[in-house]
Amino acid sequence: MADVSIKGTLPRDQVETPFARFVADYCSSWLAVAALVVVVVLITLSALAPWIAPQNPYDLTQLSIFDNMLAPGERSMEGKLYLLGTDDQGRDMLSAMFYGLKLSFFVGIVSTAVALAIGIAAGITAAYFGGRIDTVIMRFVDLQLSFPAILIALILLALLGKGVDKVIIALVAVQWAYYARTIRGGALVERQREYIDAARNLALPSHRIIFRHLLPNCLPPLVVVATIQVAHAISLEATLSFLGVGVPITEPSLGLLISNGYKYILSGKYWISVYPGLLLLLTILAINLVGDRLRDLLNPRLKA
Amino acid sequence: MLAFLIRRIGQSLFVILAMAALVFLGVFFIGNPIDVLLAPDADQAERAEAIVRLGLDKPLWQQFFIFLADLARGDLGTSFVHGTSAVGLIFERLPATMELAFVALVLAVVVGIPLGVIAGLKSEGFAGRSIMTGSIVGFSLPNFWFGIMLILFFAVTLQWLPAGGRGPTGSLFGIELSLLNPAGWPNLLMPALTLAIYKVSLVIRLAYSGTREAMLQDYVRFARAKGLSRRRILGVHVLKNILIPIVTVLGLELGSMIAFAVVTESVFAWPGIGKLLIDSIGRLDRPVIVAYLMIVVALFAVINLVVDILYSVLDPRVRLSDTGN
Repeated sequence: MADVSIKGTLPRDQVETPFARFVADYCSSWLAVAALVVVVVLITLSALAPWIAPQNPYDLTQLSIFDNMLAPGERSMEGKLYLLGTDDQGRDMLSAMFYGLKLSFFVGIVSTAVALAIGIAAGITAAYFGGRIDTVIMRFVDLQLSFPAILIALILLALLGKGVDKVIIALVAVQWAYYARTIRGGALVERQREYIDAARNLALPSHRIIFRHLLPNCLPPLVVVATIQVAHAISLEATLSFLGVGVPITEPSLGLLISNGYKYILSGKYWISVYPGLLLLLTILAINLVGDRLRDLLNPRLKA
Repeated sequence: MLAFLIRRIGQSLFVILAMAALVFLGVFFIGNPIDVLLAPDADQAERAEAIVRLGLDKPLWQQFFIFLADLARGDLGTSFVHGTSAVGLIFERLPATMELAFVALVLAVVVGIPLGVIAGLKSEGFAGRSIMTGSIVGFSLPNFWFGIMLILFFAVTLQWLPAGGRGPTGSLFGIELSLLNPAGWPNLLMPALTLAIYKVSLVIRLAYSGTREAMLQDYVRFARAKGLSRRRILGVHVLKNILIPIVTVLGLELGSMIAFAVVTESVFAWPGIGKLLIDSIGRLDRPVIVAYLMIVVALFAVINLVVDILYSVLDPRVRLSDTGN
């Protein structure tokens, strides 16, 4: 039936859905497309790390101390090639970077997901119910946002100690307030719209109005903030690990690799800190470029 | 204006009090100071004596008020490691950090505003696009790694600049400052640049969007119609209007720079409060951690207060809307 009704107006493959238009708009920037490709490739590489890395750099039986400090492109005594060299324990840098990236994405995505859930719950509660609930929640959000993320993360980790789980807790604590504020801002505007009045007049229950009507319409700005926050979380994890308060040294982390390489920087052994940092920069930059493009596309002020 | 000031100062005091409560609960309640203070082989009698001596046998609310009273007197205990007053230690290191943050802030403004204005004027051109893409790179650079790369390039490869440490300082009213001694400038350059790079990107973005918006306003059109020179339009009319958000954000960012100095100071072995904090966390030197947190929180409250007041001077609408409620 659909085919028949469209016939005579437009060929079927030219019918634009909003999503198709969005994809087309996104693709009009080659830089944004390249960034998205890089992000997808990096996530795939990190997920496949155990299978594609030349060695498991955190399995001590696979390391040979005789292969330590090899420069990039050098071969070990058994003739094994180390593309990006080895560190002070004879660990293949390329493999260590794959594993480190895996932890980066894990920590970044998990912490963002949990913080999103908390932030959405707090923000939408504040906006939907308003009044005193709104004041209390938003005072808390404002108080937290007046302190820099790194300070809050440092305080928490100083109290909690090291560990991947503790880093995630700290990153959740740092992020949730951004989401709460973003979603509240959107929800306050959407709440005034006619479709919410219509839903109320239909006597729909609160949870249905919130989850089926209000929430989906508040999501676009949140997508932008969440994308950029993943990059921020990855950067913060590396920074905290570099400072020695993040993940313990038994875990693979780009920040720890750089911290380790930092010890050898003055003797000119650049590869231990340069390559993990480049990978970290590439990851954060690609995510930020995607987020930047999304912001341009989803910002209603720029559309007009 | 007076009502605005009183309200605003009251808010700041409340923030400090709330943070004091959080720090107190976090540090004194979650962890057990006795375990850190006493030798592992201490017997029960020594333990009990220490608990009484530290006032840990009193109820929690009483301990909190004692903590507040100590805080008001500026006494937050003695560093376990250094054996001197924790607050004294922080104040001794504070000038180094403030100096670093100040120089970084100046760098951010001096580099960021012109680049942002250029990008805003030529937003479709090559220069504008390169500057804006460059600012995303600046946002994405992991700060500590950027510092290490600077060391690698300028200190190890070229050997132009010292790799770390503070270098010679000059003295002013008993405060040691690198700015006063030209021999100390090379030591200051790389840490300040590292700390500034994120803020440069931020200022570029603010100046960019501000300029783009301002150029479409009637007052700019009117100034053009009056035949004012381009320089005067940009330097007086546009700049004045884009400065409002920049002043606000930078004021707030001064605080975040002091916090972020933790990273920069660790990379460059800069003897400020950030490095002191990291060292203290590593050694479980609790009084110093508490002193750092309380002083930084107070500093933040003051910075936020000053920014709000400056803002209300620059833009009277803020003051009016606030007292109107």
